[in-house]
Amino acid sequence: MQADLTTILPEIVIAVYAMLALLGAVYTSKDKLAPLITWATAGLFLALALWIGLGGDGAAREAFGGMFQDDAFARFAKVVILLSAAAVLVMGMGFLERHEMMKFEYPILVALSVVGMMFMVSAGDLMALYMGLELQSLSLYVIAAMRRDSLRSTEAGLKYFVLGALSSGLLLYGASLVYGYAGTTLFSGIIDAAGEGYAPLGLLFGLVFVMAGLAFKVSAVPFHMWTPDVYEGSPTPVTAFFATAPKVAAMALFARVLHDAFGGVGQDWSQVLVVLSVLSMFLGAIAAIGQRDIKRLMAYSSIAHMGYAMIGLAAGTVLGVEAMLTYMAIYVTMNIGTFAFILSMERDGRPVTEIDALRMYSRVEPGKALALLVLLFSLAGVPPMLGFFAKLGVWRAAIEADLVWLVVASAVASAIGAYYYLRIVYLMYFGEENTSALDGKNASPVLWSLLMGSALLMLVGVISLFGIDGAAATAAAALVN
Amino acid sequence: MEQIILFAPLLSALVAGFGHRIIGDKGAQWLTTGVLFLICLLSWVVFLGHDGETRQIEIMRWIQSGTLDTSWAIRLDRLTAIMLIVITTVSALVHLYSMGYMAHDENFRENESYRPRFFAYLSFFTFAMLMLVTADNLVQMFFGWEGVGVASYLLIGFYYRKPTANAAAIKAFVVNRVGDFGFALGIFALFFLVDSINLDDIFAAAPELAETQLTFLWTEWNAANLIAFLLFIGAMGKSAQLFLHTWLPDAMEGPTPVSALIHAATMVTAGVFLVCRMSPLYEFAPDAQAFIVFLGATTAFFAATVGLVQNDIKRVIAYSTCSQLGYMFVAAGVGVYSVAMFHLLTHAFFKAMLFLGAGSVIHGMHHEQDMRNYGGLRKKMPYTFWAMMIGTLAITGVGIPLTGWIGFAGFASKDAVIESAYAATMGGYAFWMLVIAALFTSFYSWRLMFLTFWGKPRGDKHTHEHAHESPAVMTVPLGVLAIGAVFAGAIWYGSFFGKTNEVVTFFGGTYGEPTEELVEAVAERSPKASELHYVMESAPGEAAIYIAPENTILHEAHYVPTWVKLSPFVAMLLGLLTALWFYIWNPALPGKLAESQRPLYLFLLNKWYFDEIYDAVFVRPARVIGRFFWKRGDGDVIDGTINGVAMGIVPFFTRLAGRAQSGFIFTYAFAMVVGIVVLITWMALTGGAR
Repeated sequence: MQADLTTILPEIVIAVYAMLALLGAVYTSKDKLAPLITWATAGLFLALALWIGLGGDGAAREAFGGMFQDDAFARFAKVVILLSAAAVLVMGMGFLERHEMMKFEYPILVALSVVGMMFMVSAGDLMALYMGLELQSLSLYVIAAMRRDSLRSTEAGLKYFVLGALSSGLLLYGASLVYGYAGTTLFSGIIDAAGEGYAPLGLLFGLVFVMAGLAFKVSAVPFHMWTPDVYEGSPTPVTAFFATAPKVAAMALFARVLHDAFGGVGQDWSQVLVVLSVLSMFLGAIAAIGQRDIKRLMAYSSIAHMGYAMIGLAAGTVLGVEAMLTYMAIYVTMNIGTFAFILSMERDGRPVTEIDALRMYSRVEPGKALALLVLLFSLAGVPPMLGFFAKLGVWRAAIEADLVWLVVASAVASAIGAYYYLRIVYLMYFGEENTSALDGKNASPVLWSLLMGSALLMLVGVISLFGIDGAAATAAAALVN
Repeated sequence: MEQIILFAPLLSALVAGFGHRIIGDKGAQWLTTGVLFLICLLSWVVFLGHDGETRQIEIMRWIQSGTLDTSWAIRLDRLTAIMLIVITTVSALVHLYSMGYMAHDENFRENESYRPRFFAYLSFFTFAMLMLVTADNLVQMFFGWEGVGVASYLLIGFYYRKPTANAAAIKAFVVNRVGDFGFALGIFALFFLVDSINLDDIFAAAPELAETQLTFLWTEWNAANLIAFLLFIGAMGKSAQLFLHTWLPDAMEGPTPVSALIHAATMVTAGVFLVCRMSPLYEFAPDAQAFIVFLGATTAFFAATVGLVQNDIKRVIAYSTCSQLGYMFVAAGVGVYSVAMFHLLTHAFFKAMLFLGAGSVIHGMHHEQDMRNYGGLRKKMPYTFWAMMIGTLAITGVGIPLTGWIGFAGFASKDAVIESAYAATMGGYAFWMLVIAALFTSFYSWRLMFLTFWGKPRGDKHTHEHAHESPAVMTVPLGVLAIGAVFAGAIWYGSFFGKTNEVVTFFGGTYGEPTEELVEAVAERSPKASELHYVMESAPGEAAIYIAPENTILHEAHYVPTWVKLSPFVAMLLGLLTALWFYIWNPALPGKLAESQRPLYLFLLNKWYFDEIYDAVFVRPARVIGRFFWKRGDGDVIDGTINGVAMGIVPFFTRLAGRAQSGFIFTYAFAMVVGIVVLITWMALTGGAR
């Protein structure tokens, strides 16, 4: 028991902190404490990320009889989740304060959802999986609807909740099938039941249902439809959060379930993933073209990016998982930078999300426009930005797994998708003169440095990837064996 | 010191090219010229101090990839040393000359700074050419090979406002590509078979290659012959041999100093240098050698016939160059590489001088190049006249017959080529072609002299009144080159075409006794040459050139019949007399002859219709195919598809996706349920149940 608790100590720390902060804030000055709690939460995330990333001996540990796995894979995902959550928290503060949404519950809910995510990526059992997933989701439902007086925010929260419930139902149904055929909920037991290259059909049905539930979380087509509405309706800092940490957690969980529990029937889940991936890439690319709202556009962008990341997963190899993890790390970095920019889009003190508002933005603020240009090029996957190398990684994995046509399809999709990223660049630099330009110089130092920092990373990261690839390789090796 | 020779011109080219705003027009000219004179001096020191030993000076590790391991090194042997002095001497003099020639140019606007560019290109060319000749491996040589190609392209197209100059530059580049393709294939084949591109390894493997068979284009070939042939294709392009010669006359669009440096003395001789450098390989490739002899002799003859009727002073000299390169190739082809280098050396002096002399005439005549508009310029340009005179005496081969070496430079080297050709082919095709070409050479050279300097002034009176001698910066280089044109043959006769032991020692090899059988075989073939004492003993690659022990042409060439030795001299006299008759004694005759033999005249005037044939066979079909792919392939198919997809299909799906995103929860849930149904069905069909 003692050892089990030591293993999950980081999660316990956040959970205890969240409850203490909640009690403390409720019995004292409530929302006035919000900035302090936000900073504290971000600081805690950062500290834990350092602890998890740099501390420890790197050995894999189990807790609670295998229900909780603490290995290199989980640690990699946790560090990415914690860092991105910290960045998003800090980055949204200014926006929330300006628009009087700075509630003390917000950072606490984020902390709780992060605990859920950390459980997700460490899950070694279907029950642990579900517990982490629900803890994360419930927190997210609430913060999606955080702006109670806004019709769209509540609508977003409600849609997310109802559809999320449906997906949870699917997942639970799948889990029950799996339990029925495998006789256990432990991944290590399921993998024995699934066998090498052969599994009972009922078990595979269970697998498909579980995958459907997870596909909802990573917003893969056709389980994606909540994404644009929720991204658009939620307050922008919340959208930024949706687009980053939960995606990493869900993708990591996806890899965990497929490899730890169903590693023997890779052929079967690989083909499902290929379908999801192709549909996501193409829908993300095509539907985004019609968007006029940058948050909706980012929703479709994230759908497409999940499609690319799933290519790595579909390869079903160590290299594939490594490529997926690297992809996610790069994706999160790009999105933090882009949302840092979106958070600073304001006209006369009100948030603006129309793309047309960016016309000739390069005249207003050349520096920020250039940074956004770099980020958009990177999102589109134009070399030599980092985004290109993310795609290159998953492509290489797919080619080695003989999925050449998938690579070709994704190249076509990314060519189509490049249109809408480049359209923004076009508007910023060559668009017609805008009568109502955006406010200039309203980015806080935090936003500014996150935007510039991530743009810079897209450029200089090419040189060494800062060791991300090495860590991802270790993580992937720990998962696939 | 070798590193300085190699890199100083590159440095000065960079400084002059990019920094001329800082150091000024004058500064750029003096810098590049000064550097060239410095490295010229150093080159002579290297040449005169060279003991024949092959030395490799490594500059850096260059390419390491798989089994390919190559250094960037300077290979310093006799061949390199000879090329060093040729290149740097001519280049230095041309730099100096250009200061006068390029001083004013009506192709550029007032105050337009074009001179630093010109000098930078010249220096860059010198660097690339030095890279070529100092190469220690074939890729390094290819680098220099392409570098001189680029420099040649830039300099031919130097008058970039003239459409003809641009066309000529492109033509030179494209025709050279054809040759380079062969060269590259040869390098690939060598790497494929020898697993190395270093010259030492290739030379050591040459005897083995002669025993190897190689499949190429669905046919079995002897590897040594095939590779030697492919390398020669490259040499053909660079040295403007028949079929790939068409670019050289057009290259005369460039400024005249360029023609003297690149298209007479140095770059076009790179092909000859390549064959001599690869002599260990060619000694094992008899078929390729035979081909070289045939093509060289044909080129010598062909170019000389065309030269007979050209009216542009530079074109005459250009065809003359083409013809003389044919001589060099014959010498290399029959296996007397030293003689090929000998003719290369002497030719560099007198041909550069002829070009610079022609440039001086053109300069003095206000850029008039048609010889029909010259005449009587002897008095107006005395220095130029005497320089051209010496050049003509050298190229036509004036000397005391049967002495072998007492005469102008061309006398010694050209007679050596012709005698070798006779000895190797027993008085066959190559020999007769060269002798006839010698006659024609004499005719067109004297024709040039008589039309330009004798007779009455023709053409624009105003131009003739203002005709003037060129400034000293242009006449001094002529004088220096004249020294070479007069004495180069006599001085180095023994080293290049003396006794076998002399030549072998000069090129850094060792000699030994011939075998009994060989002596008997030679005695049987040519009884006069029975006193064979020495053959080369060094293994392939040990000396700068390799002469197989069975290859006794160098020895036999000295014992050809007397009439053979006299034949070039007689041919020269005949040419001179005909020219005198045609252009001094009876100036109306050429016109009449051209009238009566009109088809032949037009055939020659139009250069055997090579350009027209190429245009019909290659250029126009290529253009038709290109247009087809451009308009139909690219325009209709590719652009059409992309535009159709981008403007028709994608927007359609975008609207569809927009409509599906209705905003109603039940639609969303419906999509999820449909998705799961489809996936489950699919899994039931393909998964597990198998």
